[in-house]
Amino acid sequence: MTDAEDLRRRTAELLAAHPPASTERLDFLRARFDAGLAWVHYPEGLGGLDAPRSLQAVVDAELAAAGAPGNDPGRIGIGLGMAAPTILRFGTDEQKQRLLRPLWTGEEVWCQLFSEPGAGSDLAALATRAVREDGGEDGDEGDWIVDGQKVWTSSAHLARWAILIARTDPGLPKHRGISYFLCDMTDPGVEVRPLRQITGEAEFNEVFLTGVRIPDSHRLGEVGEGWKVARTTLMNERVAIGGARMPREGGMIGVAAADWRARPELRTHDLHQRLLTLWVEAEVARLTGERLRQQLSHGQPGPEGSGMKLAFARLAQEISGWEVEFLAEDGLTYDDWTMRRPDGVDFTGREAGYRYLRAKGNSIEGGTSEVLLNIVAERVLGLPPEPRTDKDVAWKDLPR
Amino acid sequence: MNDGTPLNGTPAADPDLLYSAEEDALRDAVRSLLADRSDPATVLAGLESQAAYDTGLWRALATDIGAAGLLVPEKLGGAGASAREAAVVLEETGRCVAPVPYLTSAVIAVTALLGCDHDQADVAAPLAALAGGNAVGVLAVPLPTAPGGPAAPTVRATADGALTGRVTSVADAAGAELLLVPAEGPDGPVLYAVEAAADGVRTDPVTPLDLTRPLGHLTLDGAHGRLLASGDRARTAVAHALLTGAGLLASEQLGVAEWCLAETVRHTAERTQFGRPVGSFQALKHRMAALWLEVASARAAARNAADALAAGSADAPVAVAVAQAYCAPVAVRAAQECIQLHGGIGMTWEHPAHLFLKRAKSDELALGSPGRHREALAGLVSLDAP
Repeated sequence: MTDAEDLRRRTAELLAAHPPASTERLDFLRARFDAGLAWVHYPEGLGGLDAPRSLQAVVDAELAAAGAPGNDPGRIGIGLGMAAPTILRFGTDEQKQRLLRPLWTGEEVWCQLFSEPGAGSDLAALATRAVREDGGEDGDEGDWIVDGQKVWTSSAHLARWAILIARTDPGLPKHRGISYFLCDMTDPGVEVRPLRQITGEAEFNEVFLTGVRIPDSHRLGEVGEGWKVARTTLMNERVAIGGARMPREGGMIGVAAADWRARPELRTHDLHQRLLTLWVEAEVARLTGERLRQQLSHGQPGPEGSGMKLAFARLAQEISGWEVEFLAEDGLTYDDWTMRRPDGVDFTGREAGYRYLRAKGNSIEGGTSEVLLNIVAERVLGLPPEPRTDKDVAWKDLPR
Repeated sequence: MNDGTPLNGTPAADPDLLYSAEEDALRDAVRSLLADRSDPATVLAGLESQAAYDTGLWRALATDIGAAGLLVPEKLGGAGASAREAAVVLEETGRCVAPVPYLTSAVIAVTALLGCDHDQADVAAPLAALAGGNAVGVLAVPLPTAPGGPAAPTVRATADGALTGRVTSVADAAGAELLLVPAEGPDGPVLYAVEAAADGVRTDPVTPLDLTRPLGHLTLDGAHGRLLASGDRARTAVAHALLTGAGLLASEQLGVAEWCLAETVRHTAERTQFGRPVGSFQALKHRMAALWLEVASARAAARNAADALAAGSADAPVAVAVAQAYCAPVAVRAAQECIQLHGGIGMTWEHPAHLFLKRAKSDELALGSPGRHREALAGLVSLDAP
C-alpha cells in the first residue's frame, strides 16, 4: 500500500531526475505521469499508483513547493473530470493506454458531445444517429456512420477527441437504444461553429456531424448500453462542482463587498440590508461546501453535493444583480461586447454586467436548477417520482 | 471536546463542522430518551398542564444523561464537554420541541456563572447545582435580548444587595429556583444571584406564543441577592452568556427545521389527491428540495457557531451572527411549509405542526432577531451602513 511517505519519496525522485527549472513543461508532465504521480488513485501504468485519492494533495503540495508546472485544468477540465473516469471504468486496455496520458498532460484536449438542440434536460431524448455499416464478410464488424447536431460544446474548437452519445436503435425506449463513442474531432464530417452567447463572447460551440465514420474500436461499453456509461460521466461532472475551498468573502461576494467599501456615495439602506443578507448566504454556502469537503475527506460523502450547485447558481445571480444595481450609472455600461473565445468563465475579473449576464447560465448548465431539485426530491428525500409517459415507448414513436 | 486536531493537514484554526463519535453517542442517548418520553404527541398532550416544564423529563435529561453539566468543567461538578456537545443536545430537544429549560438553565445561566469568579463559594455552589440538574437557573433578561446585551439593566441594586426593578418576558422564569439578575449598582453594572422564593420576588406568568417555553414577568421589590460579579466582569459574563445562547439556539432551530421537513416529506409521500401522492407533484417537490438545501446549509452554519464557541475562537461573534441570521428564518420557513403542505391537517390543534411554528417564530425573536444579527455583522465585517 502506497502511503504519504512513499509518495513524498517518489515525488522527490521525480524532481531530482527532472528539475522543473531545466525541464520542458511537457517533458516534465510526461515524466510525472509515467512516475504514477499524475492522479495517484489511478492504476499503475496509467498515471497512478493505486493509492488513496486523498494522498494526491501530498504530491500536489510538494510539486507546487518545487515550482513544478501544472497541467492547466482550465482547458482540459472536461478530459480530466469526465472523459478520464469514464474511459478508466469502461475503456479497453488499448483505449486506456492510448488516450489517458495525452489527456492528462493536456497534449490532447477533450470535449463532450452530449447535449442537442432537442435534448437538454431530457438528454436521453437525443436524436444523433449512429448506423452501423455492413462489414462485409465479417458480419457486423463495420464502422459506425454518425449524423446529427450537438450544442453547448465547450472546447470543441480546441479538442482532439470527444466523448459522444448517439442513438443506435430507435426501436427501443429512449434510454436503451443509445451507445457511447470516442469521436476523433479531426475526422471528415465534423464541423465546429462558435455559438455566441448573451455575454457577447463564444465559450461554446455547435458541432455538426455529417457522415462521420467512427470505428467500432472507439466504442465505450456495449452497444445499446451507452446511457449507463454516460451516467458515469455525468456523475463525475456533478462531483466536480463544489470541490474547491474558498476563503470567507471568496468569489463574487468579495467583489460586491469591495464595491460597497469603495463607493460610500452609492450606499442606500435598502442595498445595505440586501447586501448583508447575501453576505450571510454566501458565508453559509461556503461553510456548507467546507462541511461537504470534510465529509468527503472522512470518507462519508453526504448528499449535500447535489444541492451545492443550486445554492451557487442562485447566489451568483442575486449577487451580480445586486452589484449592477449598486453601481448605478456604472451599472449601465458594459466592458466589452467583442466575440471572443475565452478558455473559461471569469467571475471576479470582469465588470458587473458581464457577471450578471454570465450568471444566468449557472442555473441552466450542467443540469438546470429545476432538474436538480427533482433529483434532490427523489433521490435524497425519497419522494415519489413524476409519472412518466415515455418510459416504455420506442424512441421513434415518441412525439417530437 | 474540540481538541483542535487538524483535519487532514488543514490549520487547527479551521472549524470542524462534522460530528465526533462522542457527539453521535450523546445524540443517540438524548434521542432515545426523548423518543420515549417527549415525542411531539406527548408534548402536545401535556401542553395545558400548567406545569412550568416536564420535571421527570428534565431530571432524566439533565441528571441521568448528565446534559445539564456539559459546559461545566469537571472540577466544578460538570462533564467538562463543550458547546459542540451542548449544540447536539439542542438539535434533539428542538426536534421534539421538548418542554425543558435546557437552553435557559444549562446553556445561558451556566455560561453566565462560568464568566464569574468560580473560586468563590457564591458562584461555585449554584454552578454545581445547575450542572447537576438539581436546580434550574435563568438569566433575568427579556428573551429577545441580543448578545450585545440590554441597553441598560432595568433593575437597580443598592450597595448591600437589595434589588428593585422589573424584567419582562424572562424565559423559563416560572420554573426557576435561581435568578441571575443583571443590575445597575452604585458603581456600575453588577450581576446578582437571587432565590426565586426569596421575599420581594414575584413572577407573573405570561401566556406565551410558544407554549413549550414559558415566559414570565419578574418584579423585584427590595429582594436580597448575593453578588456574583461586578463591573466589566459582570458585563462580560452576561454578554458571553447571551452570545453562547444565541449561537447554540441555531442548533435548536436546526432541529426544529429538520423535524418539519422530515414530517412534511413523510406526509406528502403518503397523502393521495388527484390519484397520486401529493409529494410526486413537482410544485411541491421543489419546495421540499429547496427546504432540504436550506436545512443542510443551516447545519453547516450551526456547527460553525458551536465549534467557534467551543474553541473560544475570536471569530465566534461573526459565526454566531451568521448562524442566527441564517438559521432563524430557515426554521420559520420550514414550519410554515410544514403547515401549508399538510393542508387542513396542519391547521388543527391535534397535529403537532403548530408547536413547531410557535417555537420557530418565537426562536426567531429570541436572543436577537435576524435583522439585529445582520446589523451586528455589518460592524464585525466592515460593511458599514450608509
